[in-house]
Amino acid sequence: MKKVYVNEERCLGCHLCEYYCAFANSGEAEFYKAFRLGRNAVPRIKVEDGNGINFAVQCRHCDDPLCMKNCIAGAISKVDGVVKIDHEKCVGCYTCVLSCPYGCVVADGGHSASKCELCTANGGIPQCVKGCINGAIVFEERGETA
Amino acid sequence: MKFDYVIVGNSAAAAGCIEGIREHDKKGSIAVISDEKYHIYSRPLISYLLKGDVKEKQMKYRPADFYKVNDVETLLGKRAVSVDSKTKQVQLESGEKIEYGKLLIATGSKPFVPPMDGLDSVKNHFSFMKLDDVKAIEKAVKKGAKVLIIGAGLIGLKAAEALEHYGCDMTVIDLADRILPSILDKQTSEIMQKHIEAHGVKFKLNTSAKSFNKNTATLTNGEELQFDILITAVGVRPNTELAESAGGKVERGQRDAAPNSVSGKAEPADNCLAARSNSIHARGFITDKKQAVKGVKNIWAAGDCTVSEDITTGTSHIIAIMPNAYAQGLVAGHNMAGAADRYERAFPMNAIGFFGLHIITAGNYTGDCYEEVDGENVKKLFSANDRLNGFILMGEKITRAGIYTALIREQTDLSTVDYDLLCKAPQLAAFAEEKRLDILSKGGGAA
Ligand SMILES: Cc1cc2nc3c(=O)[nH]c(=O)nc-3n(C[C@H](O)[C@H](O)[C@H](O)COP(=O)(O)OP(=O)(O)OC[C@H]3O[C@@H](n4cnc5c(N)ncnc54)[C@H](O)[C@@H]3O)c2cc1C
Ligand code: SF4
Ligand code: SF4
Repeated sequence: MKKVYVNEERCLGCHLCEYYCAFANSGEAEFYKAFRLGRNAVPRIKVEDGNGINFAVQCRHCDDPLCMKNCIAGAISKVDGVVKIDHEKCVGCYTCVLSCPYGCVVADGGHSASKCELCTANGGIPQCVKGCINGAIVFEERGETA
Repeated sequence: MKFDYVIVGNSAAAAGCIEGIREHDKKGSIAVISDEKYHIYSRPLISYLLKGDVKEKQMKYRPADFYKVNDVETLLGKRAVSVDSKTKQVQLESGEKIEYGKLLIATGSKPFVPPMDGLDSVKNHFSFMKLDDVKAIEKAVKKGAKVLIIGAGLIGLKAAEALEHYGCDMTVIDLADRILPSILDKQTSEIMQKHIEAHGVKFKLNTSAKSFNKNTATLTNGEELQFDILITAVGVRPNTELAESAGGKVERGQRDAAPNSVSGKAEPADNCLAARSNSIHARGFITDKKQAVKGVKNIWAAGDCTVSEDITTGTSHIIAIMPNAYAQGLVAGHNMAGAADRYERAFPMNAIGFFGLHIITAGNYTGDCYEEVDGENVKKLFSANDRLNGFILMGEKITRAGIYTALIREQTDLSTVDYDLLCKAPQLAAFAEEKRLDILSKGGGAA
């Protein structure tokens, strides 16, 4: 299955992918609107800048997803390899934020939790990858064992 | 009727068990028995239902076709009264006998109501554990109703939050000197108390109800309180009768209610120095690491009716939370289906919010404390001997909490990570390069 991977040596820590991610999931038609007018769209990808290195990290769509096992509402499921949150069911308790070992679930607007779903709801091409001008994140098949 | 697998209880532990069995055995017959008549639902969501955040149909813990997909026979609305481990039969209250090959007891817990004079004379007295409790409360409650809640733990406060939204006049009393004593230390408890008070809920701490005369309570501090509705949320007791009837070993855990467990009452963890007590002497099932009940054959147990060994303290107690119940059920299911599996990473943890202020906590609060306190945004990390023992995170500090949780779960040697960096913000950059690249290059193998 295709997933998003990082090329750490290419990442400049510009955080552009975070903006593309937040915009893609904001439901807004124009980029600036996702961040202005009192809205502050939340990215599901995180660029780390600690220890003098930069890299982007988002949901690894784990083989054994702890977020899913621990969700108190049964709102998380794995569909065709993609770990997804059902926002109809999610009550925003953030047990998934507590559980994800990689810090990949974000609290989104107080009522719900959100995470990278590989842009399956946004046309299928991860917008973070599309937007990265350095090729520091790629969307590809690496034949990991499932 | 005879089934290869019989499960008593139809909640988180049962879901884990069913999914665990089906990973290894697609054919064996499974039956689920529960005295609640509903499709498997998420127990914590009862407060969200009462508050109006979710509708009943959104409470399903597993999809509507769950039993069909997993080929499970349901015997709902039926109570199991005893188990005969020799003839391998579960006796139902209805008189039916259900034969099992292997049995899981996942009976959870029931509310504990301490004896209080005159309680019988109270009109509209409820517990807050079940969907039916909410249905009953909904029938009785009116806007402006005076509600008295006994117990400022997670369950009592979740009920208070829901009913405040309903427009009720809320008072919560507790014998402890602070709210949420099982998961917060004094300082964070006070911050949360102020936050909840700002939303209209009144607290009376260091006091309890001594007696009732109809809907007037006399408190131990002498005060009298009138109310329309009473909710008791003092604590819970594990349902251990079934396993006892089968000859299973039911013992008092070394410590009963764990900090961070929903039902738990623990001693104050003041100033980063947690002291814990066995203030409620409930007894849970003793199981081995495969979740098999000690003392009997072919019987397993999982969830809130069992005691778990807490890796952060080395002591055994009931860890009454969904993740623990599910994980234990899963391990039981694997073993029941003949696959080897052990549950070895139990520890208390909790994520919960009240009136928009969220807290995430885990483990125990002993050791050195790294602390950031900025209004309602709080971080406290407790470590000793190069291990993270536990943490309290509040408000904006909950971000990426799972990275801290993983340090506890994996018992990570803190000398192998950049702990100073981790204290400032949870991040993968603090891990050794090899570990970090492993995470980023793979699909993640979270265990
Ligand atoms: C209001 C509330 C809020 C909570 N919030 C959280 C939270 O935010 N996070 C969290 O992790 N946990 C929370 N919990 C705790 C969580 O609900 C429990 O840890 C979890 O439900 C335990 O699951 P279980 O499978 O062990 O048993 P239970 O959910 O207790 O289910 C046991 C079932 O067995 C049935 N049963 C018992 N005896 C018999 C019998 N003899 N015959 C037939 N049926 C029987 C019971 O009626 C019940 O349906 C909350 C609990 C409550 C009440
Ligand atoms: S959110 Fe975290 S735990 Fe869940 S699948 Fe993604 S990386 Fe794994
Ligand atoms: S925040 Fe939502 S998705 Fe996450 S554990 Fe809670 S209910 Fe599940």
